[in-house]
Amino acid sequence: MRTLWRCIRMQNRIFWRTPVAAFFTLVFPILMLALFTAIFGNDAFDTVYGRVNSSQFYTPGLAVFAAASSTYTGIGINLASRRELGILKRVRGTPLPPWAYLGGVVLSAVWIAALGVAAMVVLGVAAYGVNVEAAKVPAMLLTFAVGSASFAALGLALASVARSVAMAVPTANATLLPLAFISNIFVPFGSETPAWLDLLGNIFPLKHFGLAFGEAMNPFSDAPAFEWHRLGVLLLWLAAGAAVAAWKFSWEPPVISGRSSRRRRRPVPA
Amino acid sequence: MGPAVAVSELVKDYGAVRAVDGVSFEVERGEVFALLGPNGAGKSTTVEILEGHRTRTAGTVRVLDTDPSSAGAAYRDRIGIVLQSSGIDPELTPREAIDYYGAAYSRRVPTDELIELVELDEKADARISTLSGGQQRRIDMALGLVGDPDVVFLDEPTTGFDPAARRRGWELVERLASEQRAVLLTTHYLDEAEHLADRVAVLAQGRIVAEGTPAELRARAGSALIRFAVPDRVEPVSDLLAPVSGDIVGRGRHVEITTDTPTSDLARITGWAAERGFELEGLTVTTPSLEDVYLSLVADDDDDGAKALDDGDSQT
Repeated sequence: MRTLWRCIRMQNRIFWRTPVAAFFTLVFPILMLALFTAIFGNDAFDTVYGRVNSSQFYTPGLAVFAAASSTYTGIGINLASRRELGILKRVRGTPLPPWAYLGGVVLSAVWIAALGVAAMVVLGVAAYGVNVEAAKVPAMLLTFAVGSASFAALGLALASVARSVAMAVPTANATLLPLAFISNIFVPFGSETPAWLDLLGNIFPLKHFGLAFGEAMNPFSDAPAFEWHRLGVLLLWLAAGAAVAAWKFSWEPPVISGRSSRRRRRPVPA
Repeated sequence: MGPAVAVSELVKDYGAVRAVDGVSFEVERGEVFALLGPNGAGKSTTVEILEGHRTRTAGTVRVLDTDPSSAGAAYRDRIGIVLQSSGIDPELTPREAIDYYGAAYSRRVPTDELIELVELDEKADARISTLSGGQQRRIDMALGLVGDPDVVFLDEPTTGFDPAARRRGWELVERLASEQRAVLLTTHYLDEAEHLADRVAVLAQGRIVAEGTPAELRARAGSALIRFAVPDRVEPVSDLLAPVSGDIVGRGRHVEITTDTPTSDLARITGWAAERGFELEGLTVTTPSLEDVYLSLVADDDDDGAKALDDGDSQT
C-alpha cells in the first residue's frame, strides 16, 4: 500500500511538472464552460434534461469530458511516452511491483480527473448557479468513479494498441474529440437529433458517462438519480479496455530507429 | 555456492532468425566479464535474457542460483541493471529518481552516497531533462547500484562519457568487482574491455568465437605484428614471403605479418629489401592489440555471414 502511494505521488509530481498536460486536462475544459456560457448566454433551452440553463447543460458534460481526457488521453499518452523512453523497461528490471507502477499511473490520473470535475462543478455552482443537491451527490460520486475507471481502462488499452507516442497522441484526439460531439457534450441533443446519431452515441461510453452525471445534477430528476443502465454500459467498456490491455500491453520500448537517439526524445505532453 | 552467472548452450530465436546460438559462459563473484561483439551479434539479447527481460528458446541460465525467466521481485532485488535502452523520467531530479526507485530494494544504498559516488552533487536537484548525456548515464549507473546488487549488468556503461569521466567510471566498475560483485559488461570499446575485464568473450553471429583473459586473446594473434608497404614497382612479394614463418595478409602494397619469431622474420624482410635497394614504407613491429584480434575474429565471421545471406537470397 505504501508502495502504491509512493507511485501515485511520483506520477502526480510528474504531471504538475508538465504544464501543457495540466493546461489541457484542467484549464481547457473550464475555459470551454466559460466560453459556451458567454457565447450562448446562460439562457434556458430544451435539452435531454428538460428546459434548463445552458450552464446546467454544459457543466456536467464538460466535467465528464475533463475526467475522460485526464484518464483516457492522459494515461494513454503518458504510458506510451514512458514506454518509448524505456522507463517501463527500467521498472521491469527493479523489484518495484508492476501493478504498483501502473496503479500509480492510473490512480494519479483519476485524482487529476477528480480535481478537474470538482473545479468544474464548483465553478458551475458558484458562478452560474448550477443545481447540485445533497441527496444526489452519491450518484455523482459513483458515476464519476465508474466512468473514470472505465476511461482509465480504455487509456491502458490505448497505450497497448498505440505503440509509440506519435501514434498515441493522434489516436487519443481522433477518438475522444469526435466522440464528444456525438455524446451530448459540446452540442445538446434533443427531439430533433437524428436517430442514427443518437444510436451511434449510445454505443460508446462517453455519452452514458455524461448523461449519468448530468442526471445526478438535473434539477428535475428524483434523488438518488442513479442511472444504473448507463453505469452498466460503462462497466462493459471497462471490461473491454482491461481485456485489450491485458492482451496487448508491452513494457518494451518500440523499435523505431537507433537506440542511441532515445536520450534526445522527450515525453510529449497531452 | 556456484558461480554468480552460469549460462549453458543458450539459444534464442526470433522467428526464423537465430540471434543467440549455443552460448555458454560463467561469471564468478568478484569478476568482471565482458561480452564483445558487433551490433546484432547477440550481446544485448543474451544480457536481456539474464536480466529476465526476455525468454530463451533453449539452454539453461542460472543467475544467483535462480532462473531469471521465472524469477520475481526477490531476484530483481539482488541484481542491478544499467541498460542503454532504459530511460529515466525527465521531469524528476536525480535525487528524486534515486529515492523513488531505491525504495523498492531491501538493501538500499543511501541516496547521498550514490550521488557522491557518481559525482552528481551539483546536479542532484536539477531536472534530469536538463542534464547532459554523460550525466544521465551516471544516474543510470546510480540507479543500477541503488539496491547494493550481487550481480551488476552494465550495457555500454561509459558511452557518452568524456575521457576523464570514463576513467572514473572504470574505477567505479573495478570497485564493484573488488566488493565481490559479479559484473557482466557489454561494450564497444576494446580498451574498456582490456582495462576492466578479467575475462572476455567475443560474440559474432550469436556464437562465442573466442574467450579468455585479454592477454590470452592477444596471444592468439601471435607475439608480434610486422607491418609495412612495398613500393609500387616491386613485383609480387611472394618470393620474399615464402620463407617467413608467420601468417601473411597482403592488401595491395600493404603487408601484415603475424609471427611468433619476429626477429628472424624481420631480418629476412629487411635483408630482402636492402638487397634490392628500396625502403619499406611505414615498417613497424608491434604487439597485437585486443582490437587486432577482435577485428580479425569478427571479420572472419562477417565473411561467413555475407555468404550465408547470399545463399539465402539466391533461394528466394
